[in-house]
Amino acid sequence: MTEPYPEYMMESVRKVEATREERKDKEFDRVSDDEAMEILKEWHPDYRKSDPEFFREIAVGPSKGKTVPTEVANVLEAYPWVDPKSVDLSVIEHDAEVFVIGTGGAGLAAILWANNEGVKMEDIVVSTKLRLGDSNSKMSQGGIQACDGEDDSPLIHWLDVMSGGHWTNDRTLARQLVMNGPSMIKWMELLGAEFDKHDDGGMQELMAGGASRKRIHSCKDYTGLELERVLMDEALSRGMRVLEFCPTVSLLTDDSSNVTGGLVWNLETEEYHVVRAKTTVIATGGFGRLHVAGFPTTNHYGATCDGVVMAYRAGADIVHMQSTQYHPTGAAYPEQIVGLLITEKCRSMGAQLVDAEGEAFIYPLETRDVESAAELRQIREGKGVKTSTGQMGVWLDTPLIDEIRGEGAFEEGLAAIHRLYARFDIDASKYPVLVHPTLHYQNGGIAINADAQAIQPNGEPIGRLFTAGETTGGVHGDNRLMGNSWLELLVYGRRAGISAARLASKTKMPRKSDLKLTHLTRYSEELQKSGVKTERCSPIILPNYLGENTMAPVGYGKETPFDRRLDLFT
Amino acid sequence: MPSKDTTTEKNETTGNLVTVYIMGKPYEVPSELTIMKAQEYAGYRLIRGVGCRGGFCGACTTIYRKREDYKLYIDLACQTKVEDGMYLVQIPFVPAEKPQWNLEDLEANSDSIIHFFPEITRCVSCNACTQACPQNLSPMRAIQAIRRNDLKMAADLSFDCVSCGACSVRCPAEITHYHVFQLVRRLVGRYVQKRAEHTAERVKEIEAGEYDADMDILVGLPEEELKELFVRIREGNPLQLPEREVGKHD
Ligand SMILES: Cc1cc2nc3c(=O)[nH]c(=O)nc-3n(C[C@H](O)[C@H](O)[C@H](O)COP(=O)(O)OP(=O)(O)OC[C@H]3O[C@@H](n4cnc5c(N)ncnc54)[C@H](O)[C@@H]3O)c2cc1C
Ligand code: SF4
Ligand code: SF4
Ligand code: FES
Repeated sequence: MTEPYPEYMMESVRKVEATREERKDKEFDRVSDDEAMEILKEWHPDYRKSDPEFFREIAVGPSKGKTVPTEVANVLEAYPWVDPKSVDLSVIEHDAEVFVIGTGGAGLAAILWANNEGVKMEDIVVSTKLRLGDSNSKMSQGGIQACDGEDDSPLIHWLDVMSGGHWTNDRTLARQLVMNGPSMIKWMELLGAEFDKHDDGGMQELMAGGASRKRIHSCKDYTGLELERVLMDEALSRGMRVLEFCPTVSLLTDDSSNVTGGLVWNLETEEYHVVRAKTTVIATGGFGRLHVAGFPTTNHYGATCDGVVMAYRAGADIVHMQSTQYHPTGAAYPEQIVGLLITEKCRSMGAQLVDAEGEAFIYPLETRDVESAAELRQIREGKGVKTSTGQMGVWLDTPLIDEIRGEGAFEEGLAAIHRLYARFDIDASKYPVLVHPTLHYQNGGIAINADAQAIQPNGEPIGRLFTAGETTGGVHGDNRLMGNSWLELLVYGRRAGISAARLASKTKMPRKSDLKLTHLTRYSEELQKSGVKTERCSPIILPNYLGENTMAPVGYGKETPFDRRLDLFT
Repeated sequence: MPSKDTTTEKNETTGNLVTVYIMGKPYEVPSELTIMKAQEYAGYRLIRGVGCRGGFCGACTTIYRKREDYKLYIDLACQTKVEDGMYLVQIPFVPAEKPQWNLEDLEANSDSIIHFFPEITRCVSCNACTQACPQNLSPMRAIQAIRRNDLKMAADLSFDCVSCGACSVRCPAEITHYHVFQLVRRLVGRYVQKRAEHTAERVKEIEAGEYDADMDILVGLPEEELKELFVRIREGNPLQLPEREVGKHD
């Protein structure tokens, strides 16, 4: 059999193999809170607050003065690329009881629950950036937490959520999260999602990093794909109206700062559509494609922080934005898949993190920030493996999974990962795979209350604006545990849908004169006064990956608002 | 201390260039790129034919031929490396209407499926779908399992389907497999798999308010006490709240 790695890597692989037997049953010491803090301070990018290359204070807007990653500050300290003077807001194309932005899990849950609450499907207008369902939700692999185990309870789950977030979470939001866990699993079950189950119907549950009970529910390692496609199918079956390839680029507001709809940009015909709405739900997901701190990312192409940018300009506070989740196991080899997620389920099933010398340097299921920092430590201390393209990494010893659980367990439980590596002739059930931390999750975001309303710094809700999912902050505090995000988007997507539907039933359709972009004009003025000198425009909608010596076909690159984002990435 | 990570997705050239023909036009691109990154390198800003960039969403279906090879290949652009002399085009969309159904009105048998998709009875077992599938699934066997009324088997065989539509564009029977499979899996999830009793039990307990009083106490405890509780439960012990009167938390 030919070896899957070049010889310089195989040398290290053999060291990993040599220690495997003795590591197999290793009892790891769990790191204490204090030790964790020490590792984080030294090695985690989040703890470099005073380095302007990593962080700076936002110079404008409601959360002015808060420290955020520079990449986030860049999209906030930017001009709206919609020129308020150039848009005709009197031509209204769509009227909505509820206007939902984004079709990941949070958006779809909001749509279905608004419908359950009595809003007709034809009165729900949906804007989504690319194809329906293109989202981080669809990519999630590992699973979803819910406290339905015998030795488990909402109280224990709550403690896990809080501990994972380093006790910085909004306690009420975290409570609502865990209390609704089992009912969301039951809901998905009745919609026909195929969970991994025992023959009697009981859930097969695994441990998440940072958790104290087994409560990860999974659908092989395609959990997000399965849950997302079930939600999509249900929404389409009920007659969902969705504007695909039509990202929202700005909210609309009235004179009392209520949100009255949104302005949508058709990526294909390059024109605006005006959506007038009684209520609006932002469910635009995370920010991986901003490449915070220069890291590769696991996120989908459209994860560009747009929801935060739009809500911020409409007056929303942003919270916990100073903390970013780097996933400890992003692929580091081969080059084509650098950054892609190797699910935590590998470690839940027994894989360990091992350095170039074959040493397992940390308990495999600490919280993600600690795991990532520990890897960066090993690498900087010279115990990493360097590939020919200069990418560093440590080993994830995946063969342990079959050793512990029997031959075939890896392929059965981790089909997506098995397939990912098989495409490059690496059998991950027989050889370890090289990993490096990768930018994974936006821990913070738009501040919300328990009704999923977007709130201002003073705690007052913004009129008629709801939001849910990864674009929001507070539920997870400074760090999210695996599996709690899918739970969050169901619980809070549902909450947003119900809240929006209830408010819509008591609200009149905004008048034409209530559809304005004055909040953008005000924001631009403030930006100008702040002294920030920039030509940046946002939301950026899509990242720019064009080659440096672009050989663009003739006719491309004509000046559209869409092209003005370019300077952000060059 | 580390400085900023430099491994962003900016396409870095490390050596060899190859020529690929994007919709017939030649471009020189680094040989280690995927088809997706190669198109971007060549100057295409992708809107259609891109999504997750990780092999999960099926948006990037691409057909291509290779130099001196008559065969027509279908793959995911984000998961396939370029080769010298590749002629390629992405399929922006596979046309197919998704019928509307209400799971609650259906039964888990092949008649339910055939009602919406009568064309599956026209399958000629040519296996073209299987050869096209970038996920290495066997849509043909899944279709045949449905006809044998073995929905569970069909659901298992199609579970890893990413709805790329590669099978459907090749199928002489004009089946839209991914829509068929979606219905099959939902029926299996809803009616064939047994319900999780323990989940339903816990929902009942929560709805009956059994945890409310304890939760009231817990969320009011100071951080130090919470940390101690957490250390104990993490070791596998049951949770024991400090004795306190309900409603009186500091
Ligand atoms: C690879 C990967 C693996 C993961 N694994 C897990 C896991 O095992 N368990 C877990 O709990 N969580 C996991 N997560 C996290 C979880 O999947 C996400 O946090 C969650 O799905 C976010 O859901 P969302 O609905 O808020 O956002 P998304 O699912 O990202 O959806 C956002 C939607 O908004 C759209 N959008 C964005 N901007 C605009 C705009 N301007 N206008 C219109 N539409 C817009 C997008 O196109 C998309 O449809 C994982 C994430 C990734 C990336
Ligand atoms: S079964 Fe068809 S739609 Fe599904 S992944 Fe395979 S080729 Fe694509
Ligand atoms: S391509 Fe169509 S006809 Fe041929 S085996 Fe597949 S489903 Fe049957
Ligand atoms: S972009 Fe999603 S599968 Fe290729």
